[in-house]
Amino acid sequence: MGSFKLGKMTLRSLFKKPETIMYPAQTRYQPEGLKGHILNDIDTCILCGICEKRCPTGAIKVAKKDGTWQIDRFRCVQCGTCVRECPKDSLSMNPNYPAPAPKKSVEVVQKPEPSAEEIAAAQAKEAEKAERIKAALAAKAAREAAASEAQ
Amino acid sequence: MGKATVIPFGPQHPVLPEPLHLDLVVEDERVIEAIPQIGFIHRGLEKLVETRDIHQFIYVAERICGICSFGHSLGYAETIEDLMGVEVPKRAQFIRVILHELSRMHSHLLWMGLAADAFGFESLFMHCWRLRERVLDIFEATTGGRVILSAVCIGGVNRDIDDVMMKAIVDKIESIESEYKEITDTFLKDSSVKSRLVGVGHITQQEAEALCMVGPFGRASNVAYDARMLGRGAYGDLEGFEPILSDEGDCYARCKVRALEVNQSIAIIKELAAKMPHDGIGEKSKLTPAAGAQASSVLEQPRGECYYYARGNGSKNLDRMRMRTPTSQNLAGMVKALEGCDLADVPMIILTIDPCISCSER
Repeated sequence: MGSFKLGKMTLRSLFKKPETIMYPAQTRYQPEGLKGHILNDIDTCILCGICEKRCPTGAIKVAKKDGTWQIDRFRCVQCGTCVRECPKDSLSMNPNYPAPAPKKSVEVVQKPEPSAEEIAAAQAKEAEKAERIKAALAAKAAREAAASEAQ
Repeated sequence: MGKATVIPFGPQHPVLPEPLHLDLVVEDERVIEAIPQIGFIHRGLEKLVETRDIHQFIYVAERICGICSFGHSLGYAETIEDLMGVEVPKRAQFIRVILHELSRMHSHLLWMGLAADAFGFESLFMHCWRLRERVLDIFEATTGGRVILSAVCIGGVNRDIDDVMMKAIVDKIESIESEYKEITDTFLKDSSVKSRLVGVGHITQQEAEALCMVGPFGRASNVAYDARMLGRGAYGDLEGFEPILSDEGDCYARCKVRALEVNQSIAIIKELAAKMPHDGIGEKSKLTPAAGAQASSVLEQPRGECYYYARGNGSKNLDRMRMRTPTSQNLAGMVKALEGCDLADVPMIILTIDPCISCSER
């Protein structure tokens, strides 16, 4: 029993640095792994759409046809499901909180148009694949012909 | 005796963090009856199980309430693990219990601050919340979120806490222990605090048992029940667990039980951190609940026992998810405690049950 039990603590805090900081001139220490906002490395993204399927709030939309990946920052709850589920590890969690905005908007990331070299490489790959299929079909026909001859 | 008058209390009131309406029937300055009304923030979250799959619903469950957020995600995940028979590695269980006890500390410190504010002790309120900030810093460093942690997944936890970080957590809570002692001394020994709390809103043990009161509200009336006694998860690995009881049954006893429970949580965290096993943190389960499978579990939330029930329908979505939260149990006790009290003590009595209205309405 007694009064002024908090007196000591109150007096001590008179001589201490304030607990609060002068935001926004000063910003808080951000620990590693803080859930700030989602970033997508579009170069490695294959637009598979798994993030869209797993997202609990429906913030992510993927349009494979148009080559776009979009996120609604105002719906995203930073749960990190998409980061854990991404098969190519293109998604990552950035420790900075998204900036405030006067209007709701959707952020769209466009997959860059493939360059001439990339198109050529893809075409070469396709041609090689067609070649392989052709060879396999020819081999199959030869095998079948050999089998019918044996009969 | 004067004429009976009805005074509306809430849903907007300075002491209420959440909307609860009471019709107080008063005669002179004495409350003779209190009629509660809830339903101001019903959001229909239980219905969402039909459109969100079992893994997505964790994030809905932890948004039921801002203060018991980790408890709800843990209780939900444990129920679904029962439903599908998933084994959780010991390390994941230890991390879950450590985070849960940390959230109990932050919830009780928050409540102590609000209680101090309700009886007009502004500086005590500030100091309680200053200490609570330390706990939130631990959450921020270990899970990346301050209030909504998103740390649990069905089958384990999302992020490991390594040994260096675990030591940092123990150091941090040890550093607040001495300051916390000064705060509890103020709550339990200061004469001005005692004059507002002792003998106010008395509930006997018989009444508490008849009204099925749970949590610190029940334990302050000597009801020896704490869901942690059942030893689920890492609680079973503790040396021993004794619920903190008090037989006084008034506002002071409720304050005392909560103040001592923070010390108990600190002891539990230290013990588990010392015994931490190294068998992995588990990963997201790939199973789906069988059609018609049912499971239920209880979890001791900061406010008391919370009951979870789930029924599967063979798909990724659940058929039914039901929660019974501690505040909906305790409202009957609160009405009982309000009968016959002074009008000036009404805010104090309402606060000492630690009402969490968004939990009870979902």
